Order: sequence, then C-alpha cells, then structure tokens
Amino acid sequence: MAVEPRKPPPQFWFKLRRALGGRAGWGGLALQVLFVAALAWISYEIVGNARGNLETQHIASGFGFMSGTAGFGVSQNLIPYSETDTYTRVFLVGLLNTLVVAIVGIFFATIIGFLVGLGRLSPNWLVSRVAGGYVELIRNLPLLFQILFWYLAVLSALPSPRQSVSVFGSFFLNNRGLVVPQPIPHDGLPAFLIALAVAIVGSLALRYYARRQLFGSGRVITIWPYVLGLLIGLPLIAALAFGVPLTFERPVLRGFNFAGGSRLIPELVALVIALSTYTAAFIAEVVRGGVLAVHKGQMEAGASLGLSRGATLRLIVVPQAMRVILPPLTNQYLNLTKNSSLAVAIGYPDLFSVFAGTTLSQTGQAIEVIAITMGVYLLISLVTSAIMSFYGWRISRSMGA
Amino acid sequence: MKRVLAVTFALAAGLSLQSASAQDAAKGKTTLETVKARGMLSCGVSQGLPGFSAPDDKGNWTGIDVDVCRALAAVIFNDPTKVKFVPLSAKDRFIALQSSEIDVLSRNTTWTLSRDTSLGANFTGVTYYDGQGFLVKKSLKVNSALELNGASVCVQTGTTTEQNLADYFKSNKMKYEVIAFSSADETVKAYESGRCDVFTSDVSQLYAERLKLANPADHVVLPEVISKEPLGPMVRHGDDQWFDLVKWTLFAMMDAEEFGITQKNVDEMVKTADKPDLKRVLGTDGNFGEQLGVTKDWVVRIVKAVGNYGESFDRNVGAGSKLGIARGLNKLWNKGGIQYAPPIR
Repeated sequence: MAVEPRKPPPQFWFKLRRALGGRAGWGGLALQVLFVAALAWISYEIVGNARGNLETQHIASGFGFMSGTAGFGVSQNLIPYSETDTYTRVFLVGLLNTLVVAIVGIFFATIIGFLVGLGRLSPNWLVSRVAGGYVELIRNLPLLFQILFWYLAVLSALPSPRQSVSVFGSFFLNNRGLVVPQPIPHDGLPAFLIALAVAIVGSLALRYYARRQLFGSGRVITIWPYVLGLLIGLPLIAALAFGVPLTFERPVLRGFNFAGGSRLIPELVALVIALSTYTAAFIAEVVRGGVLAVHKGQMEAGASLGLSRGATLRLIVVPQAMRVILPPLTNQYLNLTKNSSLAVAIGYPDLFSVFAGTTLSQTGQAIEVIAITMGVYLLISLVTSAIMSFYGWRISRSMGA
Repeated sequence: MKRVLAVTFALAAGLSLQSASAQDAAKGKTTLETVKARGMLSCGVSQGLPGFSAPDDKGNWTGIDVDVCRALAAVIFNDPTKVKFVPLSAKDRFIALQSSEIDVLSRNTTWTLSRDTSLGANFTGVTYYDGQGFLVKKSLKVNSALELNGASVCVQTGTTTEQNLADYFKSNKMKYEVIAFSSADETVKAYESGRCDVFTSDVSQLYAERLKLANPADHVVLPEVISKEPLGPMVRHGDDQWFDLVKWTLFAMMDAEEFGITQKNVDEMVKTADKPDLKRVLGTDGNFGEQLGVTKDWVVRIVKAVGNYGESFDRNVGAGSKLGIARGLNKLWNKGGIQYAPPIR
C-alpha cells in the first residue's frame, strides 16, 4: 500500500494564522477579535454617554472653540502672537514653548549626564566623589522643589532692570531675563545663509573623504585649515558681494523694561537648568551602568594599543556601551519632556500652562482641551522614542550585531 | 495641576459611569434632597483669600463667600457648621461644580455671559461688586495705570483678569509683558521678588494680598478700576429649585439688612413684629420658606447664623475687618449703593 506523502498546509493560510493568532492559532485570533470588539464598545459607550450628559447639562462641547479669540497675552512666543489671535494659535505657541524646553533640556542633560557618568568612573578620587555627590544630591530631591529653587534663586540673585548688569552696553542681565541685541535681516541674508549652508556641506564632504582615506589606506589628511577657510571665507565673500546680512538692534532701557532687543526670560532659564540637571543625574547612572557593562578587557585592550584613557572611552568603550545605554536613555528623555509641564508652577508659558490652563478655564471645555493636551504629549513622546529606536537600530547595524 | 487631571477624569468617568450625585440626579433626586441625605453641604471656596474665604488659625473657614454657604446650611439643617468646604484653584472651580464634587460654588467668581451659558452653570446673584485694579511698589513712583507702558505684569491664570488686562493695555495703546501663575501665592511671590512691576487682580483681592506682603505700606493700589467684576455664587444647570434656594438665601441676607434685622435683635423682632412686610420676611406670616422647599423661619435661621448682609460684609471685608474696604458700590440701594434684593412676598 502506497503511503501518500503528507501535504504541508497551504503556505498562505499558515502564515496568516501565525500572524493573526500567534502560537494559539485560530482560537487566539478569536480571542483578539473579541477583545478589540469589547474595547471598541466600551469607548463608544464612554464617548456617547459623555456627549449625552454634556448635552443634558448644557455644557458646550466640540472643537469650535479653537477658532475663538484668545484675548490674553503670553510672555514668550516663538511665532508672532497677539491677544487677537485664536486659541489654535495659543496652542501652537504653547506647543513650541514646550518643545524648546524639551529640546534644549535634553541637549544639556545629555552633556552633563555623560560628563558626570564618566566622571564617576574616573580613577581620580576627587572627580569620582564629586560626580557621585552630584548624583545622590540631585536625584533625591523632588523636581518641583528644584524648579522653584532655581527660579527663586535666579530671580533673587539678579538686579532690577534699572540696575542691570551690562556687557559692552549691548547685553543686559536683570531679573526680567537676559536682553540681547536683536538681529534684523537685510537683503544680503539669503545669499549669506546659502553660502553658509554650502560651506557646511563642503566641510562634511571633506570630512567624509578624509575618513575614507584614513580607514581605506591609512593616510591621515589634515582638513581643518580647509574647513575653517570654507566656513569663514564663503559667508564673508557672500556678505561682501550682496551686502550686510544682519544688523543688530541694541536694547534700550525705557520706562520699566528694555525696549528693542530679544530676551531670554528667567522662567525658561530656571526651567531648563532644573530639568537638565535633574535628568542629568539619572542619565549619569544610566551611562555608568552602560560603561560598566562593557567588558573591562576592552579598556585594557585600548590601553595596550597605546590609546589614552579618553580616546579608549570615546572610540572603544562608549560605542559599545551605547547599546545598553540607549533604551533607558530614551526613558530619561521622555521623562524630561513630560516633566516640563511643571513649568506651570513658575509661570513659564508652556503647553500645559497656556492651553490646559488658561484656555481651559476660559472656554470651560475640559474634556476637549485635556484630550488634545494628552494627545500632544503622547505624540511628542512617541516621536522621541521613534528617533531613539532609529538611532539604536543604526548602532546595532554598524556593530554588525 | 494634578487636580485638574484628577477632576477631569472624575468628570469623564462621572459623565459616563455616573458619579454618586449624578446618579441621584438621574434618579430624579434634586440637589436639595441629595444634600439633605448627605447631611452636609459641599461648598467650593478659594484656597485662601482673606475676607472672602480663608481658614483661620483654628481651621474654621471665614469670609463673605463662606457666609453664603453657612447661611445655606443654616436654612437646610438649622446648623451653619454642616458645610464641607472644598478649596479650589481658579482653574479647577468649574470642573468641580460640573462634576458634582460640590453643590454650590461660592468662590469670588466673576459673573460673565460665557460663564453663565457654556459652563452648564448659573450665577445666582452678586455677593460683592468688584473691579480689577493694579498693585505696584511705591518706589516706582507710578500714580496712574496709564503710566504702566512697558511694564511686566504678574497675574493668576484661569481668571477674567488676563483678558481684562490685555483689553486695557490694547485700548490704551500700551505694551506689557504678562507672566501667568497657577496659584495666587506664586503670583504674589513673583511680584514680591521683583519679577513684575505690577500685580493685577480684583481690587478686593489686592487689598487682601497686600496684607500678606512683608511691608504692606511699601505697596499701593492704583486708583484705576479697569473692569466690572460682579462676584457671585454658582450652581449647576438643571435644578431650578436649588437655583432658587441659593439665589434667595443671598437676597434674604440683603432684605434682612434693609429691615434692620440683625443677629442681636432677631429673636426680639420675631416676637414683636407687627408690620405685614416684616412678618413675611420673618416667616410669622405666609409660607414663603415652604415655597422654596425649606421651613418658614428660613430668614431667621440665616440671620442667627451669619447676620444680615451688612453685618457679614463688615465682619469679613469692611470696617470691622483687617481689610477695611469701604462699602462703596456694595451699599444697599437706599444707602447709595447698588445692592438691591427683590422683595419677599
């Protein structure tokens, strides 16, 4: 009797079943479908019920309020804003203020964090103890307290506008912030910017070429004189050919405050200092953990090649440590972004303050405003972690892992 | 700030799954019945504004806004202490009312059209006619708000103040910088540290906050009053009986003042009253209290608990208090002010 060979199940169905139901097969799929249906039903009920109740209580709902006139001022706006603009504009102003704090904060937190983390591992007794003390002090104090501390410390240390600390008669430091001359664009600006961009691209190309040569044939090419020439020369030629790109308007004390010039408000300074030093303490520990996770043979190998400690760290240890550091580092970035909403305590006009604060209480549309705000924080966090995942993917690819 | 989220969630949950009070409302239970069943009135007040609602050193809440709630408790329970005071920030107050966390909001809240309509709540009257003003340091040598061009202004967020400020500076073609804080304390602290030249708020609040400053005499309230700020209690839409009761509790305090009924002489007056209008007010004639869903002697209860409007004003914000604010607009209509209560008849 001939035994028929067992036919494998059709590839397509098998793959589909695997993709949808995992190991549990079609049963698992049914469960998932049920679960999604239940979730959908619950959210439908919540939305429907909330809407019905809002209607019976005659509470305004919907997103029509976004086009209403805001009618209040904001102390820091990166895009032009006046009281006659809409709530949508307020939302954008607040969002940009939040992003500024998050980006600048992340930048400084990373630098301080890496320095402190590596410092803690330093063989120098004093450096490692100072770094250790920094971490223990900062990470064990509540963040809100630190923000208020910096704000009041910054404010009380600075003089009033009339007694400003002045540098060259153009920069003024007082308790309303740091006032700097404001750049005013002229006709030569586009040409100047294009020249600068060309110079930067050229420099990067040179660097790429030099590295290729170094890794390919071991030739060392000195490129910095060319780079310097490009970066200074090209914009200079552009400025000479097309006219002055910028002039600066000097701030002048008029009445209570300085008129003219741009200003860095103390709320922003205090918030960035507090957020970056606080997050840096956590990043330092993440970095320390990552470096310790690299086998110490790597350090010894670097030393036996004659590399200095700094070069060994930079070229050998930290790149390997990055794989371990990256996921918790992402967490710290996300924490910093979310913690920036504490700005409301010191009057910095971030998204939470101007939108979930003033806009909410002026329109009374709590559900819509809070939903939008939560959505935005979620989006910022997701984008941050997407960028970090991409970076992580590049690292593991470059290490062939 | 956390509170806003918490309350919003409560609101969302309350709206969908129905909080206790909302459930009662759904069952057709009125606010009055709910309050009676609870044995306690839940009253939203400020986080501490001397003269309006602030806890004293023993933790007892006092103030003119507090008196409205105490009067209401006296009417319902014949006991002015049966009130739970819920301190709320300017931002959170409406959400607390909408989500039934409180039965009445008596928190120096300005009556405006948009608040009266889109918040799902109604104003029941005016406890205090106020207006927005400016507090500045004397050392700045400013005599008028029109000299404030270019000034930095500290303001509490979530109030009508921010918009009034913008309107005033815009219509007088002046520039300014606004720094908005979420609580009154932080606002005043920033003003005191020199971050701002000016602190702006309702004039009554400026006087109250000035008391808290290190050297009150170094600061001066400018003469300009730039807005109308009628402050009053609020209740939720949809329960007219409760709306009437809160409204008439305040009116009763004013009517009592008009008739000269005071905490001291109220018992005497009940015995000797012979004029028909006075008898109606005191409940010895007619059933006006019962029409409101409470007892006949409701006005007597109010006056015994907190005194008439004039007494309450004097004790909390007027000449008899630390604030010493003149009665001004808040005098009764027949004394040159604009406080006018409809008749009880």
